[in-house]
Amino acid sequence: MNYMLHLPALIIALPLFAAFLTPLIDRAGKKARNIFVFIFMAITFILCILLAKDVFNNGIRIYVMGSPDPTETIPSQAAVPIRIVLEIDGLSAFMILISIFISLVGLIYSFSHINEKGGKFYTLFLLMVVGMLGMEMTGDLFNLFVFLEILSISSAAIIAFETKRGMPVEAAIKYIVISSIAALFVLFAVGLLYGEYDLLNMAAIAEVMKFTNIDKIALILFFSAFAMKAGAAPMHMWLPDAYGEAPGSMSMVLIVTTQASLYALLRICFTIYYQHLNIIIPSAIIILGLISIFIGVTMALAQEDIKRLIAYAAVAEVGYILLAIGVGLYGILHGEIDKYGLRALQGGMFHIFNDVLDIGLLFLVAGGIIYATKERNLNKLGGLAHSMKYSSILFLIGLAAVAGLPPMNGFASKIIIYEAVYKVSPILSIIAILASIIMLAIFVKIFHSVFTGPKLQEIKEAPKLMLLSMIIIAALIIFFGLFPDVIIKNIVDPAVKSLIDNLPYISKVMGG
Amino acid sequence: MLKGIYWDPIIWIIAFIVIGVIAYIVRAVGKKEYKGGEQIKPYLSGMEEPSKEKVHVRASNIYWGFFDALKGYYHTMKKMHSGNINDYVAWFVGIAAILFVIMFVVVI
Repeated sequence: MNYMLHLPALIIALPLFAAFLTPLIDRAGKKARNIFVFIFMAITFILCILLAKDVFNNGIRIYVMGSPDPTETIPSQAAVPIRIVLEIDGLSAFMILISIFISLVGLIYSFSHINEKGGKFYTLFLLMVVGMLGMEMTGDLFNLFVFLEILSISSAAIIAFETKRGMPVEAAIKYIVISSIAALFVLFAVGLLYGEYDLLNMAAIAEVMKFTNIDKIALILFFSAFAMKAGAAPMHMWLPDAYGEAPGSMSMVLIVTTQASLYALLRICFTIYYQHLNIIIPSAIIILGLISIFIGVTMALAQEDIKRLIAYAAVAEVGYILLAIGVGLYGILHGEIDKYGLRALQGGMFHIFNDVLDIGLLFLVAGGIIYATKERNLNKLGGLAHSMKYSSILFLIGLAAVAGLPPMNGFASKIIIYEAVYKVSPILSIIAILASIIMLAIFVKIFHSVFTGPKLQEIKEAPKLMLLSMIIIAALIIFFGLFPDVIIKNIVDPAVKSLIDNLPYISKVMGG
Repeated sequence: MLKGIYWDPIIWIIAFIVIGVIAYIVRAVGKKEYKGGEQIKPYLSGMEEPSKEKVHVRASNIYWGFFDALKGYYHTMKKMHSGNINDYVAWFVGIAAILFVIMFVVVI
């Protein structure tokens, strides 16, 4: 059996298999369960690296589920793809690498604080991973919906995991209500396209897309649902609730789940509707991006709960990504792809990676603080640098990165975004820079109120596994700040190339 | 077609070393006979210095001027972030509706 051929299927099947086996292994003890989950996640991580490497070196990979020949997209007795197709291009490979890496780090962090009901927790966690990876690899619209549902339901259960506090349950109910409505939007849009073209495969739909009024309705439904799920303001209100109440490690993993929705938004705009987009969509993305930046930073400044504060900063970071993608799309539509379009997309894609590292690190440190002090109110914290020296240094690194200070990775991607956006409108660029300055002010506020000042209570440093996860992320933040070209050339550029040219994606399925 | 980032990481490292050396020199020229005690107490018109725990500026007091200047904006924003799921859904459906109107009414 050629395992390399079946990599895409294995990447989804392994965590799914592990998810249902975890409650059984849990009966053998906590240690056995943790080792079991870690091994399956580590294998999935390695498989994702192998698949991504193959995609970056040899081009798009295809996998047809249930077919005797996994590369036969159109069966001999049919004229169009009828089976479930997994299609992995540069963009998908970029996203699965980020998702699986962050999930693995989140898992290591979880080992230090998830003790009770661990079997349930890791089952839900693995289902989240399945949902994410599935969304990022599927070439089929209905399966996109199915994986979105798997992701939403498992995420809601993870958010509600600390039921003792009450608030997580409320946050989870809000999350599942809003996610269900978004899923209905997506299902309705899929139904419209299926009714019109008798197709569910994204590449096949992109090939025959006529941009009729029905297609426009489907586009708006997809767009609003995925923009909301990505955390774009003013549809972001669920996000501080969800990120703020989820267990420490899962706030970071939730960032990659929202980015899976961002990926779906990109796939819809850049693959299915690419040849037919008018000025409305890039304008809407730019406006939503600016609103997200502005509301994100100003609301973060006013927060007193440490995790809600970071969650609002995450909304602002999503705004930067949307701004860059909107400007990139605007450049493509105006024939100025080489002038600023490509650069904007490059900055936006790089910032997807940086956002999850920077905000993720801050969430991890915040989780460590809450674990050590049992307190999340900034007004009741202070002087923690006396007892949590490592955490305070790691927080400082995350703070500098998210505020876009050199030489951190946040600076590397933000400077590309400012540069590209400036060529469209200097005002937009100035707003983005000013928001970044407010972002610095926000984290100076946290650093001052949490870490500096006299020692207020006797506490211990965060557990070693928590620190290890934080150190891994912090090391990457510094490394990609000093050597941004490493990631830009190797994984960002292939993703950008997939965005600006959908023909290879279509022809890989449809032939020709 | 795509260009990378145009800085040399070595420059950053050198810059940090230089800044570190300057900071060390500045620190080294400080008074060696400094011993703390009375010297570090602030003079508050003869008043007793309050304890550090009492004067630590808490998070909600930071940037109070900023919030005071923008209280109208923050009042609106807090009203908008009601925590009510009905409002969350209303914003979501509202944005979709605006996009529909733009797509089908404004453009045509």
